[in-house]
Amino acid sequence: MIAIVDYGVGNLFSLRCSFRAIGYEATVTSDPAVIAAADKIILPGVGAFEDAARKLFASGLGDLVIEEAKKGKPILGICLGMQLLFERSFEYGEHKGLGLIEGDIRPISDVIPSDLKIPHIGWNALHLCEPRSPIFKYLKEGDHVYFVHSFYGANCEDSVIATSEYGAPLTAAVAKGNVYGCQFHPEKSGAVGLSILRAFCESEGVK
Amino acid sequence: MITKRIIPCLDVKNGRVVKGVNFEGLADVNSPVALGQYYSDSGADELVFYDITASAEGRALFTDILREVASTIFIPLTVGGGINTVADFDRVLKCGADKVSVNSGAIRDPNLIYEAAKLYGDQCVVLSVDAKRVDGVYRVFAKGGRENTGMDALEWIHRGIDLGAGEIVLNSIDTDGVKRGFDLEMLAAVSEFATVPVIASGGAGCVEDFITLFKTLPNVDAGLAASIFHFGEVRIPDLKARLQAEGISVRL
Repeated sequence: MIAIVDYGVGNLFSLRCSFRAIGYEATVTSDPAVIAAADKIILPGVGAFEDAARKLFASGLGDLVIEEAKKGKPILGICLGMQLLFERSFEYGEHKGLGLIEGDIRPISDVIPSDLKIPHIGWNALHLCEPRSPIFKYLKEGDHVYFVHSFYGANCEDSVIATSEYGAPLTAAVAKGNVYGCQFHPEKSGAVGLSILRAFCESEGVK
Repeated sequence: MITKRIIPCLDVKNGRVVKGVNFEGLADVNSPVALGQYYSDSGADELVFYDITASAEGRALFTDILREVASTIFIPLTVGGGINTVADFDRVLKCGADKVSVNSGAIRDPNLIYEAAKLYGDQCVVLSVDAKRVDGVYRVFAKGGRENTGMDALEWIHRGIDLGAGEIVLNSIDTDGVKRGFDLEMLAAVSEFATVPVIASGGAGCVEDFITLFKTLPNVDAGLAASIFHFGEVRIPDLKARLQAEGISVRL
């Protein structure tokens, strides 16, 4: 069973349905016992980092996710959920993340030309880094996925598994062992996105 | 680089797509779920559903259908029609919409844009504007294009972006339904200052109109149309292949 961590931000309806569409049962839950018993954990998120991080830590679910990650359970952070995996974010101040991925979250305005619109919104091509991450086993170079974000993962060179070009190569996905993160929305990226979720569901934890 | 988006728009009344759609192999040509699936499979980058129902019963049917669409189609969904309050945002977002389009509701209460953007993020709020030339000035029309509000369209869009609208759908009443191309002049005036994505609507009649749109106005992010897709005059796979051949970046 897959646990989608519900810590009070965002709408998790599409995400839950996307797992059902590929034949996996996913539960939206804030129950620590259910999350601890799950085979895999999804950390979703939309909105502002500070607010989400506060809710995640205040509910105790942040520490639980860290604990489960350290036990080797596969974890996938999506969009803001990916950003929360990082050590810290500089979105309006400086805020602490889960620290499962080394690096910072910084404004994309730091690195892209000023004539490009922010947020980076729409479909963009993935450049897949080598060696190919297991969650991209069904993808080919240049497949498109759907992005909506104004901040990005920086100083995380060792963990980057895919980038997308938007005036600069932006971190599109990261991984470190059993911990994965996608800046884009696989649940809104059509067949390509569903195949990423399928590959994640098929991935093994670290025993 | 980010691709240009192609967006079919479906009008829904009492839970059914109106005007019908003429496709081979589609058993139920008025089913939003079947049509949404068809468009998603043929490469639409996003879907827009407009609820044109006036009654509470119709509205409830719409949210039922929306939930069904969102549970089977995994591309971004935008919902418009009858959005007058933050509670209306909440109602459709809970059923799986990703973005919500406001028009007359925002004209009546511009603060709706601000309040919704604060709650759900700018990316969630789409400001849809029906505009028409009146004595050489672009004016905003309300109530489905029937009522001249007297507001200056460019000023209104400026204000909408300042209030937190994350995207602009610009529908030119002058070119809508004429099928002789998008309103490039009006779109140029908006895309010149818009700091958020601009979606062109109204006037597309053939593949060439999309090529002209994106080549003439590289700042326009997407093209939206309804009947030319519904009646098969333009097929999305053909359209995207042609755009790519013309050097315009699309998702294939």
